[in-house]
Amino acid sequence: MTTHYDIAVIGGGNAALCAAITAAKQGAKVVILETAPKAYRGGNSRHTRNFRCMHSGPLGPLVDDYSEEEYFEDLLKVTDGKTDEKLARLAIRTSDECLPWMQEHGVRFQPSLSGTLSLARTNAFFMGGGKSLVNAYYRTAEKLGVKAHYEANVTHLELDGDRIVHIDYTKNGKTERITPKAVIVASGGFQADVDWLTRAWGPPAQNFLIRGTPYNRGVVLADLLEQQVQSVGDPTQCHAVAIDGRAPKFDGGIVTRLDCVPFSIVVNKNAERFYDEGEDVWPKRYAIWGRLVANQPDQVGYVIIDAKSLNLFMPSVFPPIKADTLEELATRMGLPSEKLRGTVDAFNAACSDTSRFHPTELDGVATSGLTPPKTNWARPITEPPFYGYSLRTGVTFTYLGLQVDENAQCSTTDGLIQNLWAAGETMAGSILGQGYLAGFGMTIGTVFGRIAGREAAAYAN
Amino acid sequence: MQTDLLQEARRQSEICNACRYCEGYCSVFPALHEERFFTDANLTQLANLCHNCRGCYYACQYTAPHEFDLNLPKALAEVRQDSWESFAWPAPLARWFQKSGVMIALATILGFAVHFLAFRALGSSGGEGFYAVLPHSAMVAIFLPAFLFPLLSIAVSLRRYWQATDGARVTVTNVVDAFSSAAKMKNLAGGHGDGCNFEDEDRFSHTRRLSHQAVMYGFLLCFASTSVGTLMHYLLDLPAPYSLWSLPKLLGIPGGILMVAGTVVLATLKLKADKNLGAPSAWGGEMAFVLLLFLVAFSGLLLYAFGNTAVMPAMLAIHLGSVLSFFLLTPYTKMAHGFYRLAALVRDAQRKAAG
Repeated sequence: MTTHYDIAVIGGGNAALCAAITAAKQGAKVVILETAPKAYRGGNSRHTRNFRCMHSGPLGPLVDDYSEEEYFEDLLKVTDGKTDEKLARLAIRTSDECLPWMQEHGVRFQPSLSGTLSLARTNAFFMGGGKSLVNAYYRTAEKLGVKAHYEANVTHLELDGDRIVHIDYTKNGKTERITPKAVIVASGGFQADVDWLTRAWGPPAQNFLIRGTPYNRGVVLADLLEQQVQSVGDPTQCHAVAIDGRAPKFDGGIVTRLDCVPFSIVVNKNAERFYDEGEDVWPKRYAIWGRLVANQPDQVGYVIIDAKSLNLFMPSVFPPIKADTLEELATRMGLPSEKLRGTVDAFNAACSDTSRFHPTELDGVATSGLTPPKTNWARPITEPPFYGYSLRTGVTFTYLGLQVDENAQCSTTDGLIQNLWAAGETMAGSILGQGYLAGFGMTIGTVFGRIAGREAAAYAN
Repeated sequence: MQTDLLQEARRQSEICNACRYCEGYCSVFPALHEERFFTDANLTQLANLCHNCRGCYYACQYTAPHEFDLNLPKALAEVRQDSWESFAWPAPLARWFQKSGVMIALATILGFAVHFLAFRALGSSGGEGFYAVLPHSAMVAIFLPAFLFPLLSIAVSLRRYWQATDGARVTVTNVVDAFSSAAKMKNLAGGHGDGCNFEDEDRFSHTRRLSHQAVMYGFLLCFASTSVGTLMHYLLDLPAPYSLWSLPKLLGIPGGILMVAGTVVLATLKLKADKNLGAPSAWGGEMAFVLLLFLVAFSGLLLYAFGNTAVMPAMLAIHLGSVLSFFLLTPYTKMAHGFYRLAALVRDAQRKAAG
């Protein structure tokens, strides 16, 4: 027996759940089609940890103020102006009413985590992280009568004129067709489809690691793009950071992050430095290193530190490679040892007075006469034991997606599609042309998820 | 202690330390996030600080089928269980009873038998009420050593625990901190105050916390009742039986009712909960201990209800027998957890004070 649903939500992460809950509260009968099995439900949201939120005065776990202007300026800095100001301001302005809404629907916050004090004013941390948020939203949605299908792989949305007329999906080896009145796409980017990444990036993409869910393969996105639904964003743009090279291919999440770059030198496989490791504090430079490493031979980098820096950064999941001499470290890491010795010697010789060294501030302790320079935290690498980590490009999510208006509604060149809305990473490219702002993905998902739910329910009713 | 269990707890703690998403749930994570490398002492302390609320398990992005295969509640439960066995004195007794419900049941039956035999051998020396069945002096002869020996044993174990976790000199502030946490069972409330995850996957509930507190306060009331009775007997020359409105009954009856209700709920929850998020090998021993507590309380209430009927001697043997085995097994069953938890909370108070 097929049940009739007013609204089908494709995807099972934060944006999908916000949309489903909002629509169900407006009386719509909602089904969630989540491609992952229950244990892996929630897409990339299960790996997230916070929500960037505008506020005037303390709000929930957030201290002081974070104004719309400051928030927007932060966004301009990371995207280099590549954003849609109207949608960006809508996301920012709505974020402060989202926080109490999230609490009402089961999300719990906690004070900024140890090691992340710099975010205490701007980002509200979920207690237990994103998976606990996802769990709470599924509980809330189920209480509202939302039906969640896991391992439901949507293969096709049939666009006829200005309406989606049916959805095909497979579950347990069987193909199902449903005809909801309205459809919300919240199924993320395409980063888990390495072939697609390779088409966009070229062969280097084969060496990328995917930090999040293996289930965001962009099947629905590709299907809609083929039917001329309006897209936004550059297929080569994505949120990519440099992570521990030993991380699993998929789903390594937060623990593979390495925070030691500012206290290190980073070399490529030829033991040559290639970028200023001390350009700025790590949270501000974290997101450019994915691309820097992607542009090196074999898409790999090697971080070298000495004993005095070992305790200056958050521990990561894999212990560093350790050796008593640089030559031994080079051998263990597969680097040319004489070359590494030369690079380190040249770096050490370019270091000068380190008495003003300060690990959490731009201390101006810089090299002189070295290319590329290291402009802060430049201390000679001399104290054994020496430690090394390999670095690879870790992709969080891709920015090519569906273009939406301020009602989260999709369109073709002929105008609006009457019953199709999009929310979350799949439309984030409208706002994030490039770069990334910590916790902003969850803001976009929550704001546009709620808008899509509201609009779809109004249409279906 | 078993190195493989410690090694697994170490592996998992290192992953948790790189993530930190669970920092707000309980006392374990702030303590864990202070370390960079985990010694056996750290892990033993973390294991005993963990109240098995399971909040971190259901929130975790790295549980199986993920290859990191995190199950911190289980890893810490296994280390905790192993630590109790290795600190117990004499150690073999803990190996017999911690994990085995059958052994606890046999010990309880032995407790009944001791009393039936004692009634038969000593029962006719002319006392009144319960003392007509077993003279007061005989009860003291059985229960005084059965009370003092476990105290001595626990003292030895706690001393070993303190050495193993590098504990410092205990201050009054440390103790106040630990007792206020235990009094509210703060670590089962979740950092958000919604309770813990136990009987229904990721749903938060206070059921386990409240039923645990019913048992704990019920037990303390019953203990107070017995202590008051002892004082009335020796200091005021007022021997049992006591009337309904006497202090021993006013403390004992509500205490017994709380224990009965609390143990029934705890046992029910334990049947619903996922065994694999604790130490599965200790499940039988834990369940038998809850049932033994139930028997102690329920038989005490029955004894009060039917104390003037012909079944009284049998009731008395069952009640005293269960109390006897409960006391004697205290250092070697789940009952020991209360002492270790308090020690861990005191130790954690020292860590917080130092930080």
